[in-house]
Amino acid sequence: MDASLLPPTATVETITLVEATRRAVRQEMRRDPLVWVLGEDVARGGIFGQYRDLVDEFGPERIVSTPISEATIMGAGLGAALVGTRPIIEMRIFDFALCAMDELVNQIAKIRYMFGGQAKPAVVIRAPHGLWRSSAAQHSQSLEAWFAHLPGLVVAVPATPADAAGLLVAAIRSDDPVLFFDPKALFGATGPVPQEIAPLPFGVARHVREGDDLTLVCWSSIVPEGERAAEALEREGIGVDLLDLRTLWPWDEAAVLASAARTRRLLVVHEAVRTGGFGGEIVARVVERLGPGALKAARRIGAPRLPVPFSPPLEEAMRVTEAKIVAAARSLLGA
Amino acid sequence: MARLMELYRLMARIRAFEEVALVAHAAGELPGYLHPSIGQEAVAAGVCSVLRRDDRITSTHRGHGHALAKGADVRGMMRELFGRAGGACRGKGGSMHIADFSVGMLGANGVVAGGIPIAVGAAQGLRLLGSDSIVACFFGDGAINRGPFLEGLNWAALYRLPVLFVCEDNMVAAFTAARSVTAGPGVVARAESFGVAAESVDGNDVEAVAEAAQRLIACVRRGGGPRLLHARTYRLLGHTSTDEAAWRDPDEVAQAKANDPLVRARDRLLAAGVDGAVLDAVLAEARVEMEAARADALQAPWPEPAEAWEDVQDIGAEPVEQL
Ligand SMILES: Cc1ncc(C[n+]2csc(CCOP(=O)(O)OP(=O)(O)O)c2C)c(N)n1
Ligand SMILES: [Mg+2]
Repeated sequence: MDASLLPPTATVETITLVEATRRAVRQEMRRDPLVWVLGEDVARGGIFGQYRDLVDEFGPERIVSTPISEATIMGAGLGAALVGTRPIIEMRIFDFALCAMDELVNQIAKIRYMFGGQAKPAVVIRAPHGLWRSSAAQHSQSLEAWFAHLPGLVVAVPATPADAAGLLVAAIRSDDPVLFFDPKALFGATGPVPQEIAPLPFGVARHVREGDDLTLVCWSSIVPEGERAAEALEREGIGVDLLDLRTLWPWDEAAVLASAARTRRLLVVHEAVRTGGFGGEIVARVVERLGPGALKAARRIGAPRLPVPFSPPLEEAMRVTEAKIVAAARSLLGA
Repeated sequence: MARLMELYRLMARIRAFEEVALVAHAAGELPGYLHPSIGQEAVAAGVCSVLRRDDRITSTHRGHGHALAKGADVRGMMRELFGRAGGACRGKGGSMHIADFSVGMLGANGVVAGGIPIAVGAAQGLRLLGSDSIVACFFGDGAINRGPFLEGLNWAALYRLPVLFVCEDNMVAAFTAARSVTAGPGVVARAESFGVAAESVDGNDVEAVAEAAQRLIACVRRGGGPRLLHARTYRLLGHTSTDEAAWRDPDEVAQAKANDPLVRARDRLLAAGVDGAVLDAVLAEARVEMEAARADALQAPWPEPAEAWEDVQDIGAEPVEQL
């Protein structure tokens, strides 16, 4: 959100993404006594400070530090939603949510459908994901494509403090279960966030930058890389139309189609492994909708199909970077 | 005696529901398969008879009895088994996923131990709401070897949640004797190791089940934290409607048949002077009720194909394709 678009009376401060999400949670917990948080160490503020001091205001019954029992953190959140409360399920690091796949995939994502609409599991699952400080193979994954593939969930992948706050408010108020991927690498990123956070609609991309030569689609922690790449390309005279999808399910097909139809060159970039990643879905959809002749060139950039290594030069070698985006864009322009 | 008579009637209805459903299944009237609880009715009936309507339960793949005992609508259940319009879950779930939230039945579950985290969370939610409802969580003896059982016990004990865990020990997990894959002395010891008081009961004695459940639930409702009821019973039929369970020791099965919870309740009622004809009438009425539900289900329309697209999610729902 651009601060200049806000009503003049709104108070806006520049804060970090982690603080923005904390503000969103606090606002919603004040608004609705049925909202509560469960997860490991949340009463101590959460490992990134997402819940810092919230226990002082809301007490240990609403900011619940739990045992290291991911299946039950996830499943108990669901059970609590089924009796009418609105839990925020904190997974600490996304990779640990893999210990709760039954509860997420077989239970949360299925229960409304399987029971013929008798219950809507109004939960938010917060899952900080992605590369961060050499965390290696079990603490760095970006598996958002798995969940965009899964019927029953909304999948949010914000990249800015304002978007993280707005999407989190929307997620808390949503009756659909929302898998909210906090971008670990961007927790410290700063940006303007209003004191009073309005919900941001799911499925609306942020048009980060306008340009005529190339459509660049990205999300989550890749957005700043994309912005830097776009600036570099602009210096070479290449205009980049940059879209931050903000949510992967639903995703803003209309915005991508409109841009791609105009630039006729499509580059989708994500931190996740390229093979089977959501970039493939986007390219396929654009080709289906616009027809095979509509694009002059299309490409995906993602990680090679490797676990995330520990050592900095190894991690750097497989990471999606500004330089890789610039190189891919140049080659697309040659096409 | 009035109470035993009511329990007998409830068990007879569960038995008749499943017997009729099995006949319908064999006749090709209903799709999929069933997990019959025949022989285990006393556990569902005994426990649910002492629950309030606003108490909740979570159930298992073998959950017809739990749903009926909690008061779920019979015709809605039968239609669900048949996959028809008007089914409890609009034909989306079938036998293994019956739920009726209007009576606090939060769902059968196709995943062994899947209901346990849900039950403890429901109890936590109820506390947050300031309610004094409790949650009864049914699971099999096979479920105690899954992680969520251990997580859930610890969790419920830790937060002193209003949960009655009910282990239906029918001695078997699908096709394997549960004992042969379970280390240690069993579920009661496991519960006690978490500080959860547990009681073992003859699960084919419906009065004993009801009394034990009542005692334990009183503690749970008073804020005493979770309790566990271990109900020893026997699955008289196979794992599913298509399993003959021919591998079992015939002597064991014969013995179990003599120990049928309906037979035992009947004997007790007869001994107390109830006329056998009255008891026969209870069985016959149950049969008539369930045959009527079967006939109703058979004539019910199928769901519209486009309903397959409904109730996935509000935001980002897939548009109905041209059929
Ligand atoms: C997690 C999981 N593993 C395996 C199965 C397949 N399965 C269905 S029922 C069953 C046996 C369960 O035994 P128990 O918990 O004792 O319940 P019972 O069938 O005896 O009522 C198995 C292995 C399943 N549904 N879920
Ligand atoms: Mg069993």
